[in-house]
Amino acid sequence: MSSSFPWLTTIGLLPLIGAIVVAALPKAAAASARMVALVFSLVTLVLGIAAATQYKSGSTAQFQLTETHSWIPQFGVSYALGVDGISLSLILMSLVLVPISIFAAWKDVDGPRARGYFALMLSLETFMVGVFAATDVFLFYVFFEAMLIPVYFLIGSFGGPRRQYAAVKFLIFSLLGGLIMLVAVIGLFQQGPGGDQGFLVTNLHGLRMSATTERLLFLGFFFAFAVKAPMVPVHTWLPDAAAESRPATAVLLVGVLDKVGTYGMIRFCLEIFPNASKWATPVVITLALISIVYAALVAIGQSDMMRLIAYTSVSHFGFIVLGIFAMTSTSQVGANLYMINHGFTTAALFLFAGFLIARGGSRKIEDYGGWQRVTPVLAGVFLIAGLSGLALPGMNSFVSEFLVMIGTFSKYKVAGVIAATGVIWAALYILLLYKRVMTGPKPERAAVADLGPREKVVAGALIAIMVVLGFFPKPALDLLRPAVKTTLQHVGVQDPAPTGAAVDGSHN
Amino acid sequence: MGEFVATKINYAAVLPMLIVFAAAMIGVLVEAFVPRASRYVAQLPLTLIGLAGALAALLLNSRDNQGITAAGAVVVDGPTLMFQGIVLALSILAVLVMAERLDREGADAFTQSGASVPGSPLEAQAERLGATTTEVFPLTLFAVGGMMLFPASGNLLTMFVALEVLSLPLYIMTGLARRRRLLSQEAALKYFLLGAFSSAFFIFGAALIYGATTSTDLSVIAKAVGQVTGLDSLLVPGILLVAVGLLFKVGAVPFHSWTPDVYQGAPSPVTGFMAACTKIAAFGAMARVFYVGFEALRWNWQPVLAVVAALTMVVGAVLSITQKDVKRLLAYSSITHAGFLLLGIVAMDRTSIAGLMFYLAAYGISTITAFALIALVRQSGAEATHLSQWAGLGRTSPVVAAVFAFMMLSFAGIPLTSGFTAKFALFAPAVAHGGVWLVVLAMLASAVTAFVYVRVIVLMYFSDPIDGVSVVNPSYLTYAAVAVGAALTLMLGVLPSPLLDAAKSASIFLR
Repeated sequence: MSSSFPWLTTIGLLPLIGAIVVAALPKAAAASARMVALVFSLVTLVLGIAAATQYKSGSTAQFQLTETHSWIPQFGVSYALGVDGISLSLILMSLVLVPISIFAAWKDVDGPRARGYFALMLSLETFMVGVFAATDVFLFYVFFEAMLIPVYFLIGSFGGPRRQYAAVKFLIFSLLGGLIMLVAVIGLFQQGPGGDQGFLVTNLHGLRMSATTERLLFLGFFFAFAVKAPMVPVHTWLPDAAAESRPATAVLLVGVLDKVGTYGMIRFCLEIFPNASKWATPVVITLALISIVYAALVAIGQSDMMRLIAYTSVSHFGFIVLGIFAMTSTSQVGANLYMINHGFTTAALFLFAGFLIARGGSRKIEDYGGWQRVTPVLAGVFLIAGLSGLALPGMNSFVSEFLVMIGTFSKYKVAGVIAATGVIWAALYILLLYKRVMTGPKPERAAVADLGPREKVVAGALIAIMVVLGFFPKPALDLLRPAVKTTLQHVGVQDPAPTGAAVDGSHN
Repeated sequence: MGEFVATKINYAAVLPMLIVFAAAMIGVLVEAFVPRASRYVAQLPLTLIGLAGALAALLLNSRDNQGITAAGAVVVDGPTLMFQGIVLALSILAVLVMAERLDREGADAFTQSGASVPGSPLEAQAERLGATTTEVFPLTLFAVGGMMLFPASGNLLTMFVALEVLSLPLYIMTGLARRRRLLSQEAALKYFLLGAFSSAFFIFGAALIYGATTSTDLSVIAKAVGQVTGLDSLLVPGILLVAVGLLFKVGAVPFHSWTPDVYQGAPSPVTGFMAACTKIAAFGAMARVFYVGFEALRWNWQPVLAVVAALTMVVGAVLSITQKDVKRLLAYSSITHAGFLLLGIVAMDRTSIAGLMFYLAAYGISTITAFALIALVRQSGAEATHLSQWAGLGRTSPVVAAVFAFMMLSFAGIPLTSGFTAKFALFAPAVAHGGVWLVVLAMLASAVTAFVYVRVIVLMYFSDPIDGVSVVNPSYLTYAAVAVGAALTLMLGVLPSPLLDAAKSASIFLR
C-alpha cells in the first residue's frame, strides 16, 4: 500500500533540518539551541502521531506508508521505507523519547558547544527513524552504521572523565559487529533474486539456500545484533558507554539504539533466515538466560548508579531476546512490547538518576543515603521508575515481562522458570539501590533543591506513559499482534496447542 | 623479415597522452627560457591547462576512438580510459595542492634548490638569488604521462617504459621537500634504490616470459600461454617476477617497506599525488597484465596474489596501530587499502574491475584531500605531523579538523562516505567469486584500521589543544582542492550511481 504523502521521509528529514539549523546558529544565539532543538523534536513527534493515524491495522500488506525509490541500482539498493506494527511502535517511542531527552538535557551543556550537543541529538533522531523504517537491507545497514557517529561524538565530546575510552570502545565494538554483518549483507544479496531491487526485504523472504550458507549469513547478522542489543558476552561496552555519557545520551543509546539490535533480530534474522534461526534457538535462548541472570547479579554488585542501570538493561534485553527466540506469538508480542516499555523505563531510570547525580555530584551509590528526606519528590519518582524496572503489576513492564515468560513457558519450561528468577534479582537490584540511596538518616550536607518545574515535566511525562502502558496496553498490543503474526508466518512456526495463556487470545 | 613499415598510430586515441607529454615538454622549455620570477606564473596555468585539456580530449574524443594501436603497444579500451580519466582528474586536484604558495614566491612545499646540499653555502646562495623549484610542474606532467601509459600498455616493454617514466619524476619530487630536507633526500634515495630493484625484477620477468612465449605482447602471451606446454618453469617465475615489479609500486607486503619512509619524507602534496595516482596507474596495469596476459594461468598466480593480499591487509592494519606520525599512519593505511584493492585483481571478474576503479577513485580523492590538510597544520613553520601535535585541533581549527575527520571516516568505510560505497563495490564481487575468507579478513582489518582512524578523531576532538600548533591560512588553490575533495567524498557516498555506471560500462578489456 503506497501513501501519497512521504510521511516517513518527512519525519526522518525534519530532525536533520533541525540539526543543521541548530548547528548553524550564530555564537551569540547558542543559548537558544536547546529551544530550537526542542521545537523541532516536538514538531517531529506531532508529525509522527499524524503518520500513525494513517496506519491501518488489519491491512494485508506487511509494510504500510511505503516509499520506494531507486537509489543505487547497480548494487540493487533502493531507498525503501515502510513500517509494520513493530517498527511503527519503535519509531513512536523514539519520537517521544527525543524531546524528553532534550528537555532533560536542558542544562547539560552551556555556551557555544550547546549547539553541537543538540545538533547531534537531532541528527541521531533522523538515523533512528531511518533505521526502523528502512525496508531495504542495504539502507538499514547504512543507517545502522551511520548512527554510530553522532553517538560517538555525543559520548566522546560531552561525556564523563573516561569518555575517550568509552567512546572508542563503543565504536570499535559496534563497527566490528557491523563489518561482520556487511559480509553477510553482501552474501545475502548473492543468494537473493538480485537485480535493481535485490535488497528489498520483501524480495528476500523465503529464499532457498543451503543450510550452511543460511547459517553463516544468520551468524553474520546475529553477531552484529547481539553486540548492539547487547547480549552477554559481547555486552561489556554498554556499561562504560552508558556510565560515561550524559544521562540524556544514555537514554537514546540504551533506550533506542540498542533496540535496533533486537529489532534487527526480528526483521532480518527471523524473517529472512527462518531455518537458521530455529537451528540457533537453543544457543540463543541459553545466552539470553545467561544475560538475564548474570547481568542482574552483576547489577546488584555495582557501586556506580549509571553502570547499575546499564546492567539492568542488559538483563532486560535478555528477556527481549528470549521472547523473540521462543517464537510463540505470546512471547513475541511480549518481547515487542518489552522493547517499548524498556525504552521508557530505562529513560526514567537514567534521567532520574541523572537528576540525582546533578545534585549529589557523584555517580557512586555510597555517596548517597537518606535523600528521600531531602528530595522527597525525586525519591518518589525514582521509586516509581524502579518499580517499573522490576516489573511490578500495574506498571508497564509487568505486562510485557509476563507475556514473555508465559509465552516462553508454553514451549520451553525450564527456560521459563529460569527467566522467572529474573524477577527476584530485579527486585533485589532496584530495591537495594533505592534503599542505599534514598533511605537512611538525613545526609549531613547543604540543602539541595528538590525537582524543579522542568524536571517535574520530564518525570511526569515518563511516569504517565509508564502507567498508561501498564493499565491499558491494548492499543499497543493491537498494533503489535498482526506484525508478530506475519513474522511467525515467515518463520513458519505454530504456537504449541494448549497455551493456557489467557492474556493473549489470538494464537492462530 | 620484410622492409621497415611505419607503425600506424591512432592519434585520436592517444591524444590525451600526447597533450600531457607536450605540456611537459613546453614546461621544460619554460624552465629553460622564462625568467625565474615569472616561471611559477607560467607553469601553473600550463600544467592545469595541459591536464584539463587531456581530460577534455579523453572525454570528448577518445571514447569514440578506442582500439589497439601502435602495433599492439598501446591499447585504448574502456579500462584504459577510465584509469586515465581518474588519474587526470586527481592530478588536477593534486597540482592545485602542490602549487600552494602561502606567502612565498614559489610553491611552499618545495625546496628552493633541490640540487644543493642541505644547509650548505650553495643552498643559501640559491635562496638569496630567489631560486624556485618550478620544475616540479613538468615533472608532475611527465609522471602523469607515464601513469596514463602504464595501464594502456599492450606489451610488457611499453609497460616497463611507462613504469620508468612515471617513477623517475616521482623519485626526484620525493627529495624536494622544503623542510626536513635530509629526511626527504633519504626517502628519495630509498625510493629510487628499491624502485630500481623492482624495475629490474619486472624486466627480468618480462624476459623469462619472452623466453617462454617468444613475445612481450600481452595478447600474444595470452594465446601462447594456453598452447605452450613444458615451459612452466620459465613462465611461472616470469609472471611472479613481473608481479613483484607491480606489487612494489602499489606497496603490497612484502614489498611495502619503502612506503612509510617515502610518505613521510616527501613533501605532503607530493605524497598525496603519489599515493593516489601511482596506485591507480599500477592497479590499472596489474589488472591488464593479469586479466589479459595471464588469465589462462590463473590457477598459478591467484593463490599467490590472495596470500599477498591477505598479508598486505593484515600487516598494514596491525602496523598502523603503533604509528605516531600522521603521514606514516596514512602510509600504513595505504598499505591496507592496497591489500583491499588486490581483492579486485584476485576476484577475476568484470564487476570486480568496476569495483577496483571506483575504489581507486574514492580512495585517491580522500587521500589527496587528507594530505592537503596535513600540509596546513604547522608548528613553528614546519609541518606538525606528529600525532600529539594534532591534539585539540577540533577546537582550534574546526573546519580543518572536521574535513580531516570526514576523510578518516571515509577511510574507515563508514556509510554515507565514498569509502563505504567503494568497499561495497569492491567486496561484493569478491564474495561472489570465491573470496569470502579474504573479505572476512578484510573486514577484520577494516575494524583494526577503524580503531586507528578513530584515535585520530579522538585526538582532534576529545583532547585539549597544545600550544604553538596552528593552521596556516591557504590560498584559493588549496581551498578549491579540499572543497572539491570533500564534496566528492560525500557525493560518492550518497549518490554513487553515475560513477558506478561509468565504471561498469568501462570494465571490459580489449584483447
